[in-house]
Amino acid sequence: MDYLAKLSSRVGSNSMANLKNINLRDKGANLWESWGRPKRTAFVVILIALVGLLPYGGDFSFTSILNTPISSYQAVLVYPVGMFVLMALGLNIVVGKSGLLDLGYVAFFAIGGYTAGLLSEHTHLNTWEILPIGMAAAMFAGVLLGLPTLRLRGDYLAIVTLGFGEIVRIVALNTQSIGASTGIASIRTPPKTFGLQFDIMHSNSYFWVVLAMILLVIWMIRRFTVRRPGRAWEAIRQDEDVAILMGVPILRYKVWSFCIGAAIGGAAGVIFASKTQYVAPNMFTFNVSVLILSCVVFGGMGNMWGVILGGVILAYLPERIRFISNARQLVFGITLVVIMNLRPDGLLPRKKREKLGAAKKAGENV
Amino acid sequence: MNFSVVTSQFWPLLINGLAVGLIYVLISLGYTMVYGVLRLINFANSEIFMVGTFATVIVTRDVFHYTSAHDALHGWKLIASLLLLLIASMLFSGVTAVLVELVAYRRLRSKGTNRLASLISAIGTSIMISEGVRILTKSAPVPTPRLLSKFNLFTIGSVAIRIDTFMVIIAAALIFFLVDRFVTKTLLGKAIRAVSMSEETSKLMGINLNRVISATFLIGGLVTGAAAFLYMQVYENTVFNIGFNLGLAAFTAAVLGGIGNIRGAFYGGLTLGLFEQFASAVIGGQWKAVTVFTVLVLVLLFRPNGLFGEAIQQSRV
Repeated sequence: MDYLAKLSSRVGSNSMANLKNINLRDKGANLWESWGRPKRTAFVVILIALVGLLPYGGDFSFTSILNTPISSYQAVLVYPVGMFVLMALGLNIVVGKSGLLDLGYVAFFAIGGYTAGLLSEHTHLNTWEILPIGMAAAMFAGVLLGLPTLRLRGDYLAIVTLGFGEIVRIVALNTQSIGASTGIASIRTPPKTFGLQFDIMHSNSYFWVVLAMILLVIWMIRRFTVRRPGRAWEAIRQDEDVAILMGVPILRYKVWSFCIGAAIGGAAGVIFASKTQYVAPNMFTFNVSVLILSCVVFGGMGNMWGVILGGVILAYLPERIRFISNARQLVFGITLVVIMNLRPDGLLPRKKREKLGAAKKAGENV
Repeated sequence: MNFSVVTSQFWPLLINGLAVGLIYVLISLGYTMVYGVLRLINFANSEIFMVGTFATVIVTRDVFHYTSAHDALHGWKLIASLLLLLIASMLFSGVTAVLVELVAYRRLRSKGTNRLASLISAIGTSIMISEGVRILTKSAPVPTPRLLSKFNLFTIGSVAIRIDTFMVIIAAALIFFLVDRFVTKTLLGKAIRAVSMSEETSKLMGINLNRVISATFLIGGLVTGAAAFLYMQVYENTVFNIGFNLGLAAFTAAVLGGIGNIRGAFYGGLTLGLFEQFASAVIGGQWKAVTVFTVLVLVLLFRPNGLFGEAIQQSRV
């Protein structure tokens, strides 16, 4: 029902937007829609340029507040911040767009990382050649896990994915040929590309690569959202039974959603491995899955911009407050509870007018 | 792969499996009861267990002033100490569980918001508790002084049964029996079952939802606390993240038995405990978690409501 309601509410969306109780996200969306093409292009270019300059943010006195104590600010921008945003965007397709609760997302990150490690150890492929292979491996794992388990609903799916994440970690921990608990060391860094050097002294290059990947993912998600897969995911999320009745092949689209999410996780894993030059099972614990899921829900499930904001805050905050290093996880836990209680839909929730439309329809039914 | 252990070590594995399984049963009650009324995974249950284990240590060490060098107790004094410890551990866990409900769930529930928000809020609470304890204990494992000198009580066939294993099996079975009686026979138990069938209808029947949910958390916490006490009598060590693996296993047990189903948790816990013991004897202890999850996935594929589950699969989400 909600699906139909949403479609019909699209027509009247402008009048809906004038209603009170519109959130920040809607204001932003309305402003965006009121702009012409040149204005939009200019805005996007400036925004990308500003974000691209972020690594230099620590250099000036008036922006030095950005600097992270203990760990290098430029390195923090790559991992955790960039990586978390990238993975949160990937997980958002699964959890936010299609409503499938995945608690084992770290598995795909690990598969990407280990693919990079193994291929770097046994072949002469460079990082850019490994990247698609790592994504394919993660996608394959996604299909393998998704086909049997995506028939399950809700919390069962959650626990099976959680189990999958743990299985991947334990298999890595207990397999001698991939290094067991010590993992794989001395993974090659990417070769010099477009004049950019990639090594431990040049974190900025990694940041720009991750940024490019994030932009690519954003573009991809925007395309998906308005096309058939996006509509199918939306229908599945809102009401699975209705989606089946409307002829949406739900298993196929669920598996696709899973695979695309997995591929993004795998890509993040490859870049991560080539940045740290080292992978080990203890980097891929359940906590990582929880953190990424927290980014998604904290920022605003289903809304890309919210998810990005959530990723930035939750990845950056613990690094920024390193000076209370011992208690920073505690502060993290408290932040999660407080924010979820105050803003259950996240900092920047998905469009409210969709909700208003749905609520109006529900009201008519009563 | 060493299949011969199954026959050569059959009885010890069986007894250990029973003891481990019954501890799983008690912890999984915490998950399954809360799931029954709220339709939510209580992510903080593993921390409720952890609090129980620390309560056991603190009361033994700092209230009773027992030390490891202390001579083990005998007679009525031993029984009284154990009972008091059991009660203390249950109370600590029970109170923690009620607080978790207040902090993590109540406000979100009254707003009627999405389930994931509650999940994240519960995860946040869980991080809060375990990190708090981690900071207090400086991440070090904490041993508990031994109250019960571990002598062999009697032998069945070729296997000697130790007093602590025996106590775990008897006490856990008894506690499970009491919980089951409570839920099936008393008025509050009836209310809990009513809420888990239909929140809306039970509200219309005049059931105070908040009170029933608090009571469910309290009972789940008390039982989890009892499990923590029993666990500590056998393993005698705890650490801030002890709940994670045990909680995962207990949750698996709850799903195996059909989550939301109290008797299912009993069979699920026992099945899992026994399976885990035999499987890790055959293919090695480090693969324990993998075998457990593989079984879970297979069960969910072929019997999605759990081995002994109710048909709740369709009524959710």
